[in-house]
Amino acid sequence: MIRLEPRRHHSQKMVYLSPLLAIVLTLISGAIIFAFMGKDPIEALYTFFIMPINNAYGIGELFVKGTPLVIIAIGLAMGFRANVWNIGAEGQLTMGAIFGGALALAFYDSTSVFLLPGMFVMAAIGGAFWGAIPAWLRTRFNANEILTSLMLTYVATLFLSYLVYGPWRNPEGFNFPESRAFPNAALLPIIYDGTRVHLGAVFALLIVAGGWVLLTKSVVGFQLRVVGQAPQAARHVGFRQKRMVWFTLLLSGGLSGLAGMFEVAGPIGQLQPSISPGYGFTAIIVAFLGRLHPIGILFAGLVISLTYLGGELAQISLGLPSAVTGLFQGILLFFLLGCDVLTKYRIRFGSASKSGEPA
Amino acid sequence: MTAMTGNTTGAIEQRTGSGPAQLEICGVTKAFPGCLANDNISFRIEPGEIHALLGENGAGKSTLVKMIYGVMQADSGDLLWEGNPVTIASPHDAREMGIGLVFQHFSLFETMTVLENIALAMNDVRDMAVLRQQVAEVEKTYGLPLDADRHVYTLSVGERQRIEIVRCLLQNPKLLILDEPTSVLTPQEVDKLFETLRRLANEGCAILYISHKLHEVKALCEHATVLRGGKVVATCDPRAETAKSMAEMMIGQKLVAPDRGVRPAPGDARLAVKNLSLVSDQQFGTDLKDISFSVRGGQILGVAGVAGNGQNELFQALAGETEIHGTPDCIILDKQPVADFGPRRRRRLGAAFVPEERNGHGAVPDMSLAENGFLTAFRRMALSARGLIREVPTRIFADSIIKTFDVRTTGNSAEAGSLSGGNLQKFIVGREIMQDPGVLVISQPTWGVDAGAASAIHQALLDLAAKGTAVLVISQDLDEIYAICDQVVVMAAGKMSAARNMADASIDEIGLLMGGLHDLGGETAPELNGGPK
Amino acid sequence: MDWIVPLILTVITASTPLLLSATGELITEKSGVLNLGVEGMMLIGAITGFAVTVSTGSAIIGIIAAAIAGMAIALIFAFLTLTLMANQVATGLALTIFGVGFSALVGSGFVGFAIEPLPSLHIPFISDIPVIGPILFGQDFLVYLSIFMVIASGWFLTKTRAGLILKAVGDSHESAHAIGYNVIGIRYMATLFGGAMSGLAGAYLSLVYTPMWAENMTAGRGWIALALVVFATWRPGRLLAGAYMFGCISVLQLHAQSAGINVPSQFMSMLPYLATVIVLVIISSDQTKIRLNAPACIGKAFRPAQ
Repeated sequence: MIRLEPRRHHSQKMVYLSPLLAIVLTLISGAIIFAFMGKDPIEALYTFFIMPINNAYGIGELFVKGTPLVIIAIGLAMGFRANVWNIGAEGQLTMGAIFGGALALAFYDSTSVFLLPGMFVMAAIGGAFWGAIPAWLRTRFNANEILTSLMLTYVATLFLSYLVYGPWRNPEGFNFPESRAFPNAALLPIIYDGTRVHLGAVFALLIVAGGWVLLTKSVVGFQLRVVGQAPQAARHVGFRQKRMVWFTLLLSGGLSGLAGMFEVAGPIGQLQPSISPGYGFTAIIVAFLGRLHPIGILFAGLVISLTYLGGELAQISLGLPSAVTGLFQGILLFFLLGCDVLTKYRIRFGSASKSGEPA
Repeated sequence: MTAMTGNTTGAIEQRTGSGPAQLEICGVTKAFPGCLANDNISFRIEPGEIHALLGENGAGKSTLVKMIYGVMQADSGDLLWEGNPVTIASPHDAREMGIGLVFQHFSLFETMTVLENIALAMNDVRDMAVLRQQVAEVEKTYGLPLDADRHVYTLSVGERQRIEIVRCLLQNPKLLILDEPTSVLTPQEVDKLFETLRRLANEGCAILYISHKLHEVKALCEHATVLRGGKVVATCDPRAETAKSMAEMMIGQKLVAPDRGVRPAPGDARLAVKNLSLVSDQQFGTDLKDISFSVRGGQILGVAGVAGNGQNELFQALAGETEIHGTPDCIILDKQPVADFGPRRRRRLGAAFVPEERNGHGAVPDMSLAENGFLTAFRRMALSARGLIREVPTRIFADSIIKTFDVRTTGNSAEAGSLSGGNLQKFIVGREIMQDPGVLVISQPTWGVDAGAASAIHQALLDLAAKGTAVLVISQDLDEIYAICDQVVVMAAGKMSAARNMADASIDEIGLLMGGLHDLGGETAPELNGGPK
Repeated sequence: MDWIVPLILTVITASTPLLLSATGELITEKSGVLNLGVEGMMLIGAITGFAVTVSTGSAIIGIIAAAIAGMAIALIFAFLTLTLMANQVATGLALTIFGVGFSALVGSGFVGFAIEPLPSLHIPFISDIPVIGPILFGQDFLVYLSIFMVIASGWFLTKTRAGLILKAVGDSHESAHAIGYNVIGIRYMATLFGGAMSGLAGAYLSLVYTPMWAENMTAGRGWIALALVVFATWRPGRLLAGAYMFGCISVLQLHAQSAGINVPSQFMSMLPYLATVIVLVIISSDQTKIRLNAPACIGKAFRPAQ
């Protein structure tokens, strides 16, 4: 019989240990799943988690995939802290790419140094605009932002598809559903030769630092936390919930939009029907794995980025379906949520006291 | 432990009586992590006896009741029912045996009808029509009128308690347990409840009456068992004791009346409310109707009334949780109309507020005391600068509250939720008082707080008034209002009576006002310390 | 008028999975549990139903397996949120992410397989009556089951003692616990029921609606089902209307294209999602109605005090 016994204080140790425990449990489950699929578990785990990063290019890829995950997760974490559940980051990412890309395509023969900064602004506006819709619907009509932001993701994806199949299709592109390639002035510079690590990675670090100050040092961050943890107390001291809904959705929308633009102006270089392998959804896992804390998110982003790389490699060298990545991510989130109980409760075995309910 | 009147610790009083006790509790012990809630508790209740169980918050009364009602199981010790050892595994079993429980915080379902609520607490209901019939019979026999088809959220607190009692009576109980039943009743309703209980006792039903209202225990009960710190510390016959002597048994030390000190002559009205009407935004709230009153500097005004008669809405309107647009001058703070201001602007003008609920309303349980200090004080105490939190002054501020108000804790980084009710309340009250407010609005200042903390809080409020602050105390505890207030107003059904001086206000009169007889409250408010009425 | 009957038949096919999963979620939510993992449970039901049907050749066994698979994954959700008290919103999202990954992994071996669609009812003569016959008496059994379940749920919630207890647990877990109901146990059962229904809904998609397996084939239907529960203000009767309304919208979108309406297909495909948003906005703006009908404890963790 397993019982849960409340701790008097939250365990600080467990706050750090439980994500690690979740990762270990995920690796063990992974080994079992690989064995089940007829692969040597040790070799498979090696292929999945070590091989991708045993050279400079691989480590670079870790940052390439980590960049959008971290940027989006920082924004989402602010919302989750305030009990604002934006799960439409994928749509906001898409809108950011569309808005940023629009500028690049409008000036496709430009060499201006202002093109890229312009795209930054456009992308942030596009993402924030797509985040503003659920914010408005929630504050004005009480409509649940979980459902509205998710529905808008489908809309954004379809809209992108319409653009690249229709008006924005490359006139010289043999009818492939793609836009023109972005001009050089609209591409993010590579910051480390021999890899694909681009300027966006630097921005990701800046956003982590900014997020850390915002969340732990600022009055606004304090308000976010109070609104999320004790809405009645927030109301009592005049921290307005609606303002926090707006703030977090605009912020996470804007950051997601930026991440989307980084993808199309970075590794992809043009608009195409699919510009993200679900970064907007995976960032939810990153945010939780990082304990909704910017520093934690930085590390979590790299861990999750590794599952993408491992999945690709496992597909090539082991013949495993790429869906293994998603499976790992889901299992990791399960274990993480389960392990979280350890910060507030102690696990006791046996029934020391005859308590009313088995916990 | 100070020895008080009554028998020695733990002794089981041997009473004359033919046959076994209805319920005998023998050496019951129950431990929770870090706390021995019940330590070797023994006493007996005879058929037809009204037995009081006394003790402060946290003395172990609720734990004992939950074990008798089968909600939880004892670690050791026995329960004897009519002389036979029994295991009560669930509330279902308890009801089967004939044990009924009227909960302190009602176990009702807001969006369901009275009849559905009754059916849910019955062991076997085959036919709702038959149940309806039975309910009607019990209502008639005991004079407890109920409309079976009303939804609970439309009912008053008194009516809700009636549902709980009818639920129990329908099962022909042999033992009826009432947990703090009168905290939500007017004095007149209390009298009616006592009539019902005496009648039940005459019919042979044993009654276990849990309360900390000692004059009521004295009026109703024949025996009392006093718990403190999970142990039986005394037994007595309440009729032969005074309320004071029983209170001292409960707290284990001499009662000290709060020191009213020297008050300055009342100054100008610092908080004035004029014709305040408000439609509640809460799901099952009470609308405020044309409320007017004022509190002067150096004065403590009490707001009496049964819970749920608009006190929460009044508090929210005063604290700025609810803003009132269009009529800004229905609330005036130091001559400044503030009704359309939010909480932060009102606090900037020198007002401070303490809500009833500590965890999640007055404080954020998962945040540290330092952060909880910052919560309401960051502007007045300059704990933030350029949008950032100033860590050091924030910690110093929390430390000074902890020191000044003797808050027992491990330090300013302890989570608010880890503090006991009394200590957290001292911290919250301290946080507001340290900001040196011109007006303090405080709701249920000592609700669920141990006697030591309660008297410290009362003293702090009196001291604050002595410095010229206008204090408004919203409380359902009339004893508290009599102990510290200068004037009292009564709320009923969202309306407020005129103010009267404490010295002129009789319990009966206040009780009638609490019951909603507002025609008695039509006189104009007398001046504080004014002439005889 | 020849197109009317096929049109109605497609509407029924499009509505049935929504109705099945929304009915399950409604019961789950009535007990106070918010399971946002409907999409994930549907996907797992879809792949399980399809894989088992392909392997055994029996659609009935496939459907039963889908329901069991839905329950199994709902059990994970229940264990995390009810026993370990994890956040229900986050766990629901995890369920969906896991469901997408798991179904894609298993499904990668089943892409391109074909199966026999589920047999439909055929009563000689009666099913051959023009119009009414095929619509009322020519469906597969899951369609009848979906209608039956929504009616049965309505009856259960309003007429039975068990339904009253379920609502009580969702209304106030504290009170329900105090008078002796096993809050956690009841919520487990309601959550498992929701899982089974979502599993069936998924199986309907992969065995009847398409019938084939494709990655992410639910395409947001699980989320639409969640919105439908709000739309119905937690009343099964209105669920029926809502599910069929959405069925119509998604079918109209297809037919508009074939009818030559000159709007890019992507915009037509947006319709169900936009309709969901609009419906949510309309229903949610009446807060009183939501408050009186929504289970008061929805999404809140409960731990009985020891």
